[in-house]
Amino acid sequence: MFAVLRDLIRYNTEFTIGLVMVGIVAIFAGLSFFSPVDPTQIYLAIPDQPPSAQYWFGTNSRGQDLFWQLSAAFRNSLIFGITVAVLSRIISIAVGLTAGYLGGWVDRVLMFINDIFVAVPIFPILVLFYFVLRNHMDSFTMALIMACFGWPFDARLIRSVALGLKHREFTRHAVFAGMSTRKVLLEEHLPYVMPIVFSTFMNNMLWSIGMEVTLAVLGFTNINNPTIGTVLYWANSHSAMVVGVWWWVVIPVILIVITFLGLFLLAVSMNEYIDPRSRLRRMGA
Amino acid sequence: MQGYLWFAAKRFIQLLAVIFFGVSAMFVVTYLSPIDPVEQVLGRLSARSNLSPEAIAATRLALTEMFGTNQPVLTQYFNFWTRLLRGDLGASLMAFPTPAMELVLRALPWTLGLLLSSTAITFVVGNLAGGLAGYFQNSRLLKAFGIFAMGLQPIPYYIVAFIILIVFGYLWPVLPISGGFAMDVRPGWTLPFILSVLQHSLLPALSLVLVGLGGWFIGMRALVSNIVTEDYVTYAELAGVRRDTIVGGYVIRNALVPQVTALAMVIGGVFSGTVITEQVFNYPGMGSLLVDAVNAGDYSTVLAVCTISIAAVALAIFIVDLLHPLLDPRVRAE
Repeated sequence: MFAVLRDLIRYNTEFTIGLVMVGIVAIFAGLSFFSPVDPTQIYLAIPDQPPSAQYWFGTNSRGQDLFWQLSAAFRNSLIFGITVAVLSRIISIAVGLTAGYLGGWVDRVLMFINDIFVAVPIFPILVLFYFVLRNHMDSFTMALIMACFGWPFDARLIRSVALGLKHREFTRHAVFAGMSTRKVLLEEHLPYVMPIVFSTFMNNMLWSIGMEVTLAVLGFTNINNPTIGTVLYWANSHSAMVVGVWWWVVIPVILIVITFLGLFLLAVSMNEYIDPRSRLRRMGA
Repeated sequence: MQGYLWFAAKRFIQLLAVIFFGVSAMFVVTYLSPIDPVEQVLGRLSARSNLSPEAIAATRLALTEMFGTNQPVLTQYFNFWTRLLRGDLGASLMAFPTPAMELVLRALPWTLGLLLSSTAITFVVGNLAGGLAGYFQNSRLLKAFGIFAMGLQPIPYYIVAFIILIVFGYLWPVLPISGGFAMDVRPGWTLPFILSVLQHSLLPALSLVLVGLGGWFIGMRALVSNIVTEDYVTYAELAGVRRDTIVGGYVIRNALVPQVTALAMVIGGVFSGTVITEQVFNYPGMGSLLVDAVNAGDYSTVLAVCTISIAAVALAIFIVDLLHPLLDPRVRAE
């Protein structure tokens, strides 16, 4: 584990840059645990102050210190992304490994369902959920819904690896040794797909946080819960760019770009690391 | 030919399954929701006007009948489908008494135009640049393009559209940032109208293209850099086949097959991006209609937009799948 990390940092600049970017955002989000102010309260500071020594990121028109506001927002959004990623990874591992190992009609049925999920556009469905649930739609409900739609791509990837593992010697040994199917999948095959699980984890977080930003900006989530999207929602509803409170928009956008680029670089470099050909090319062997 | 028909038939079943599943999911969501559509609509109606209790009771009865919420689940589900197949989803509330379907059909061409043109541009430019970058691996220009495209790719559609809006709305106002066409142009098949539509679609399309480029570029570059090491490419080079024939006919064409499969898979995601981009640029498509309908509590229109978008995306995927065998002769032969 540490050897892999050391190799990645030594030979892969993209990984290092991504790690630094995600690290900065993670530390920034972690600061919210020591926040002196409650991020859901408004009018605690003088509104519309530009960035200064006292308010590093300025204050917004709702009288909130943007530094602590954004810190809490990034924590909530990252937690949301991780929740969706973990839940959807569980589904995709289960479906992918089962379909790949069992094959036959199980595989066909699962992949048929898989293809349906790929083709259904999620955005209208999420809006429909918001429309009928309104205030009952909290971020965990949303994470559950998104997890139900976030697995099919990765399930197919995992299946393609599992297909190859099925005919390997060690699988036959395990079966002859009397291992149950569940045990073969969890103890023998799961370690082989873990690299894919990690790299798709990042991609899934990108997707779910992006979707949350989209919904929140339209006001289709609980707008009183600070997230990346709701910060922008409030900035828009106070016409921040028009009245000249530019830091309310520019600072969150810069932080969002850092987060997304960082996660993306991590995903890409891990993907490259999984493929031994490109890994060796990079190491110069 | 028979192989192709078999392939198309399988895809067609898939198309029906997607629509069936999507629409059923919609029904389940609306049915299980803790909120009664009748009461919701009633709340909206009585909030703005002074209705007598008798009038409210009469409206409630009429609405219950219209939504059919007093019937058993299966009957409701069955009615839902019959009405859907007849294309009748009830009157829209925000533009009463225009049928919701008519509003959707009015918005659909805008979204389809934006979605299809930007997807086509993205696919062609991204794959061409990616293919060339994979073949000419030392080109500085293509490397720079790659960094640019990859840097934009992970950013959410909304943020890219928003940045473009700030740049072209506040910093350098040269292009229209709002609406589908200029106010002083009369809609019709006239040159000024078409020019105006094109001009207004530039920024929304640009933001969709910028986000989409990176994915195709990375995918294609990876595919091509694996193909160039194949023996048949080396053989063609040694045999003195012209460079453009090798790149276009041998390398890119082979690498395109998985990319076309991927095209079918991303259309759903691009649709979500189109919806949000429309909202940013106030474009008169399905996205703006959906947001307006949600904010107005317009039940019929929200359902109509969702149904049509699921069907439209499924149909687009079906068409892309049908194009697949034209590129890959192995699918034809199967």
